[in-house]
Formats: sequence, C-alpha cells, structure tokens
Amino acid sequence: MSARPRIRLPDSVSIGDVIEIKTLMAHPMETGTRRNTDGTLVSRLLLHTFEAKFRGREVFRAALHTGTAANPFISFFMKVPGPGEFEFTWVEDGGARTIERSALKVS
Amino acid sequence: MKSIRNKVCAAALALISALAGTGQAQQSSNDSIARELDTYRSMMKSDPWSNPGMLDVDRGQALWKTPEGPNNVSLEQCDLGLGPGKVDGAFATLPRYFTDADRVMDVEARVLWCMEKLQGFERVKLLTRPHPSAGMPVKDLGAIATFVAYRSNARSFSATFSHPKEKEALALGETLFFRRTGPMDFACSTCHGESGRRIRLQPLPFFSKAEEARKILGEWPAYRVSTAHVMTMQHRIYDCFWQMRLPEVELGSDISIALISYLVKQADGGEIKIPGMKR
Amino acid sequence: MSEGSRTRFVVLAYIAFAGASYAQQMEVTDEARIDAAMHAAFPKASPDWLSRLKGDQTMRACSKSRDALPAEVARAIAARESATIQYPPDGRLIGDWKKGERLAQSGYGLRFTDYPPTRENGGNCYACHQLTNEEVSYGTVGPSLLEYGKIRKFSEAEAKAAYDKIYNSHATFPCSLMPRFGTNGVLTIEQIKDLVALLMSPESPVNRP
Repeated sequence: MSARPRIRLPDSVSIGDVIEIKTLMAHPMETGTRRNTDGTLVSRLLLHTFEAKFRGREVFRAALHTGTAANPFISFFMKVPGPGEFEFTWVEDGGARTIERSALKVS
Repeated sequence: MKSIRNKVCAAALALISALAGTGQAQQSSNDSIARELDTYRSMMKSDPWSNPGMLDVDRGQALWKTPEGPNNVSLEQCDLGLGPGKVDGAFATLPRYFTDADRVMDVEARVLWCMEKLQGFERVKLLTRPHPSAGMPVKDLGAIATFVAYRSNARSFSATFSHPKEKEALALGETLFFRRTGPMDFACSTCHGESGRRIRLQPLPFFSKAEEARKILGEWPAYRVSTAHVMTMQHRIYDCFWQMRLPEVELGSDISIALISYLVKQADGGEIKIPGMKR
Repeated sequence: MSEGSRTRFVVLAYIAFAGASYAQQMEVTDEARIDAAMHAAFPKASPDWLSRLKGDQTMRACSKSRDALPAEVARAIAARESATIQYPPDGRLIGDWKKGERLAQSGYGLRFTDYPPTRENGGNCYACHQLTNEEVSYGTVGPSLLEYGKIRKFSEAEAKAAYDKIYNSHATFPCSLMPRFGTNGVLTIEQIKDLVALLMSPESPVNRP
C-alpha cells in the first residue's frame, strides 16, 4: 500500500496573505549511480518535475535532479488572491504523473 | 523552494572539515565537531512536518483501519493495553504485560500479536525479513507501529513495570545491556556506556544515564536519511546485534523486549516525539 | 539559611543526587536462564554461530563487574589474556602502513551479511579513534592516536606494546573496551603488523600531521 502525498495548507487565510504551501511525496529518487550488492547499477528513477497550479494557473514549478533526497519535501510561498483549488503534479522519469488536489479556504 | 536535507549535510561536513584541525586543539576540536553535528541535527528537525516518516504514519493509520489478512478484519479491535481499539496514549505505557499472550510486549510485538490473532496472518511469515533494506519503505507492521507511537506524541514514557514479569524483563534487559560477547567483545554498554562518545561522527547516547535516555528514546521510530526509511526500535536493536557480530535477532523476542524495557525505564518521563529524524 | 539547615540541605541533596544517578542495580544472575533466552532469540543462528551468544571467562568477569573490577580478578585477566598473544615467527612487528590505513578504515567482516566473505576483515580503528589529520570522520570511544609513534620516539619497546595492545588489549588493561583482535581471530598477525606500522612508522600519516 503506497502512501498518498501529504499537503499542508494553512487553516485560515485571508486575501492578501502570503502563505507557505508544504508538500511531501514518497519516492525513492533513485539517482542511477548507486550499485546493487552484486555490483550492477540501480537504474535511475526520479521525479523530475513538480508543478503547482492554483485556479488552473501555474503558480510554482520545480525541476528536480539527482541532488534531491528521497521522499522529497517541497514548499513554496504564494500570495492569496482568493479561495480556490490547488492542483499538484509530480512527474516521474518515463512520464507517470501523480496528481493531488487540495482546496484553499479563505475567510 | 526548501529542500534542505542535502544542503545542510554538505554545509555541516564542510564546517567539520575546517574545524578538525591539529592534534593540539584536540578537545576543543571535538567540542566544535559536536556543536556542528548538533546544528545539523537541529536543522533537520526544525520542521517536523517535513519528516518523510509522516508518510508512514499515514500508511500505518490506513492499515489500522483497513480489513486485511485471511480473516479480512481491521486492527480496530486490537488491544494495545488501554482497551480494544484505544490507540491514543497506548505507546507511552509500553512495554507491558498482556494476560492474553502471557508475556511482556513492546508495540511491535503487540501489533504482531494482533495481526496474527485478529487478522489471521501467519506469524512465521511476519517474522521473515521483517525489516526493510536500504531504500525500501518500512514494512506494514513497522508502519502500523509508527502510527501507534505517533498517537502518543507529547506524552511521556510512563510504563510502570509493576507486574512481576515486567520486573523480570527489566532485570534481564539491564543484565543484557552490560553483557559482553561475540568476536568483538561488545556489549551495549561498550558504545552506550559513557557520555560524550561517538562512533565515527555518530554521537552515542549514554543510556544508563536517565537524562540522556530521556532525550533520545522518544525519537524512535525515526526516519533514517541514509536509508530513506523509517527505522523502528526492533529494527534498531537488530542492527546493533548485526554490528556486534551476533546473528539475526528475532522481532519481538524476549531479548529485544527486555532491552527495550530497560531503555524505556531509563527514559521514564521523557517526551515522545515521533517520528524522529536521524542520519 | 542557618548553618545547621544548610548542612542538612547539602546532605539531603547529595542523597537525592546519588539516588538518581545510581539507580538500584537489577540483575539476572542465572546464567542458564540468560543462555536460554539468547538461544530462543536467535533461531536462525547456525551451530557455529552459537558460541557468539556467550562470552568467555574474561568477558563474563568484565560483564559482571561493570565499573568496579576487583584487583585479583584484574590480575587473573591480565595473566590469562597475555598468554594468548602470538608473535610473528621472525620477530619483526612492523608491516606496511599503507595496508594498515586501509585496515583502519574498513569495518568489514564477521557480520552476518559478510558471508561468504569477499575480502579480508578490517580493524575498523577509525570507528573509535582519531589517527590522522586527513580523516575527519573519526570516533571518540578510544583516545586519539595522532602522532602515536612520534610521541613514543618510535621505540622498539613501544612497537611491541602497540602489537600487544592490538592483539589483546586485556593483557595490559583488563576489561578494556577494545576488541581482542588477535585472540578472537578478527585480524591476522600480518594485519596487526600493518596496523603497528600505521602507528609506529615515521612515514605514516599518523606521525606526519
């Protein structure tokens, strides 16, 4: 059973607030430079892109490489324009996408 | 973007290299190294939410509630010591004696018992390769134990060790802690028997000193950066026996529960803050 | 606070402190009981591993004594352990320090993942000791060995003392934390010579910081 990504949005926000959005994703982030006990290389398998959209528009994007640790924690900041839905996408080598949505409530 | 783990590690190592210095400033060099290691550790722990161990807490919680195993039942009737299904605060009271099993159990041994008795899993299968290799996530039993432990956060270790079998476990644990054996003549106390020591760059808590046990024990289970998985206390002890050049210790054995009992007794009153974050 | 009550306070504080630091010792003294628990806890252990579950006479004495080792027990340990030390047939105790450095770095050997072995056992000296300035990842369970030979003026007597110490530390320091590398078969005589060279050669990085 694999874990779903974790998303942390602040509980109560107002329009104009600068908020921190935190994400945590389970992934081995295999660099392709490690070796098995028999000496063969473990194939590279990375999440190479993280995208965040709010109300359908991109608000943050990150290109991840071999220097990013397994189970990446990524956070970014956004100024709140109003209520809406976040859509977070992690893209893996080979194209597989994990998508998670989270609603932002504004008081 | 914050992705601090690798950056912090590199910065700490650079500082340690600069400070290692010549033989003359030996003690102050060791102190500087200790300070930088502490700085590294504090920075890793600065945002508990960023700890990937939380993903295993989530997984453990889902496993607790989901019907599994040949009997297709969830663990929601599992009695962790405070009554069937009561999870909050249970970890803080362990290890303890359980009448139905007629033995003292830590959280992992108890979860194993419930997986076997309630869900119908085969004990032999659960005990085969129970711990993850590097890069693999913690297995289901460990994830459930991590979830259970997490539900005692902010509480203190408060196992009473009042039952005769609990006292026996304590006595056995303390005796084992000081018992030197194997080709390297190691006991737990060889490494964990004095303050301020480290193996390579890994500081070693002095477990026979309550103050140090209290600081450390509440951080286990912990996420291990070097192996990218949560390590439970039974796994930690298995790993100790590995480097002591002893064979593979069985999960939930009397020996491991006795040692855990001794550590928990030493850590009595210490705060539980799971998952920890380790090298 | 008056003199009398101050004294009382100090005494009570001392008792409270001592009580907290030295909690009542609990022990299982029944060796058979411990042996049974150990055997049950390692069900996958093959027969030739079973001897690892129980310490020998010296280890049992050290385990029992914890901090306080009676003098006559210490003397008996020193005598027993020094009798096990074996020397190279040609009497030359100094090998190759370059090999010694590799041995000091390696913790390989005798763990259950080290079978079948793919290389020689290491001494893992850096786990517990500082040896050179180049290696910053060193432990502090044992004292620093930086400039070991230089401090001891590269004397022959000190080379022998170093050899003895590595082969069996209990010969001179009963209940030393250091493994009995020679007596327990962790390292060979040739390997111990290489470690002596690491400590005692003028060219070794240990002596050129």
